[in-house]
Amino acid sequence: MRRNAVAVVGAAETTDLGKIENLSQIGLHADAALNAMADCGLRPSDIDGIATAGQTPVELAHYLGITPTWVDGTAVGGCSFMIHVRHAAAAIEAGLAKTILITHGESGRSRIGNPPRRVDPQSLNGQFEQPFGPMGPPSMFTIPVLRYMKRYGVTEEQIAQVSVVQREWAAMHPRATFRSPITTADVLNSRMIAWPFRLLMCCLVTDGGGALILTSAERARDFKTKPVYILGTGESAETPMVSQMEDFTSSRAFRVAGPTAFQQAGISVNDVDHLMIYDAFAHLPIYGLEDLGFVPRGEGAAFIADRNTAPGGKLPMNTNGGGLSYMHSGMYGMYALQESVRQMRGTSPAQIADAKVSVCHGVGGMFAASGTIIFSNETPSYDW
Amino acid sequence: MAEPGRALPVPTPETQHFWDGTQAGELRLQRCDSCGKTYFPPRPFCTACASRSVSVFKASGKAILWSYVIHHRPVPGFTPPYAIAVVQLAEGPRMMTNIVDCPQTPEALQLDMELEVVFEAQNDKITLPLFRPAKG
Repeated sequence: MRRNAVAVVGAAETTDLGKIENLSQIGLHADAALNAMADCGLRPSDIDGIATAGQTPVELAHYLGITPTWVDGTAVGGCSFMIHVRHAAAAIEAGLAKTILITHGESGRSRIGNPPRRVDPQSLNGQFEQPFGPMGPPSMFTIPVLRYMKRYGVTEEQIAQVSVVQREWAAMHPRATFRSPITTADVLNSRMIAWPFRLLMCCLVTDGGGALILTSAERARDFKTKPVYILGTGESAETPMVSQMEDFTSSRAFRVAGPTAFQQAGISVNDVDHLMIYDAFAHLPIYGLEDLGFVPRGEGAAFIADRNTAPGGKLPMNTNGGGLSYMHSGMYGMYALQESVRQMRGTSPAQIADAKVSVCHGVGGMFAASGTIIFSNETPSYDW
Repeated sequence: MAEPGRALPVPTPETQHFWDGTQAGELRLQRCDSCGKTYFPPRPFCTACASRSVSVFKASGKAILWSYVIHHRPVPGFTPPYAIAVVQLAEGPRMMTNIVDCPQTPEALQLDMELEVVFEAQNDKITLPLFRPAKG
């Protein structure tokens, strides 16, 4: 893919976020899609490619009235939407579609039209993890962290700081679920979920959705919205079983997806003005900062605790408050992408002045998969 | 009626030897006949060199505590708080398990502590490998 050859021209979240009792899951997809189409002045008949996770692209194409020449149903968890952006950019470059819609909707809290998740007892997870008492991500995604803490001497207080700093960002967002300031003591005194993780180190469970519309950078000039160019992308996968991660202190999927995107973009971490790292739990930004090369191994927690990623810091991160405070429907990646697009358009309630490059890094499953997108609002470097 | 118990595995052709092993009081791993790699979970081929020539062998049952959480929420078959652990076997692979014969506290559960396998029958078909602090 060439740098800046594809752009996001439409972006929107669902009309509401939080507790949405008047829409089923596919209805949340559709609400977000209609908002994104309205954002850039398109109708379903203008869309010729569709990608989604949680529902199938067939369901969405039919529900929205789209006749696609390209579909992508990659479903690898919360970073599926980063990977959809990567695949969509490649498809547009290859001429497989001209205008691609990516949708997310999830009735994570109200659970309307959202089938219950079940672990097949014949799967490897069902045979070799589920019998030992995990119940979903809070008791699984957190298992590697004690090994990380021992290796690098990181404290529970430092991990709690991640939640404190992100709440400061959420306070600037009118749509964030939790906006009241919290202290380290508040985090450490919140209800124990899976030691060393307390409630305020774990993501929200809410309803919502979001959608993106991508087209070629050349066509993007004809839209009323400010184009947000795709500078570089990466993806990878490691294991469906958290117990089988190669290294409990680092994600192999992060270490592949991140550098792949930076290499394609032709930039270094020093060129990044704004960063989103998917934070289903408070340790993920720490792993992400290290695995993407922003800080040396073992220094991510101190970097955050020293306020480098906080408002006024040198590397603003998770400026919507993240999955810890903004919203988390189950597959949070779409909301991280939306905040990156807002920052590149200059429309975030927590806008970073003069930000030109935004990195959006996602995780799927429990360190199972990863996708990284690097956005820029700078004019394409190619003549058309 | 009995309380619902913990989730139990249903063996597949590729994993049957492992679950037959736990019933026989053996922790069985696989080793590649071509390159020597020992691996887990069970597969009928080597994950390092793709050889289909692999052998099942009885592992030592010795391990160290690699990482864990102490879960505080209710799950069928468990009484909170209880540890969900990953152990590193002496032969190299890691596996998820529970730690028994030990208080389920951060003080008692120290990373790198030495452990040994014990087998806990769940019914007449399934026996789970659990670990306890090593004796002597």
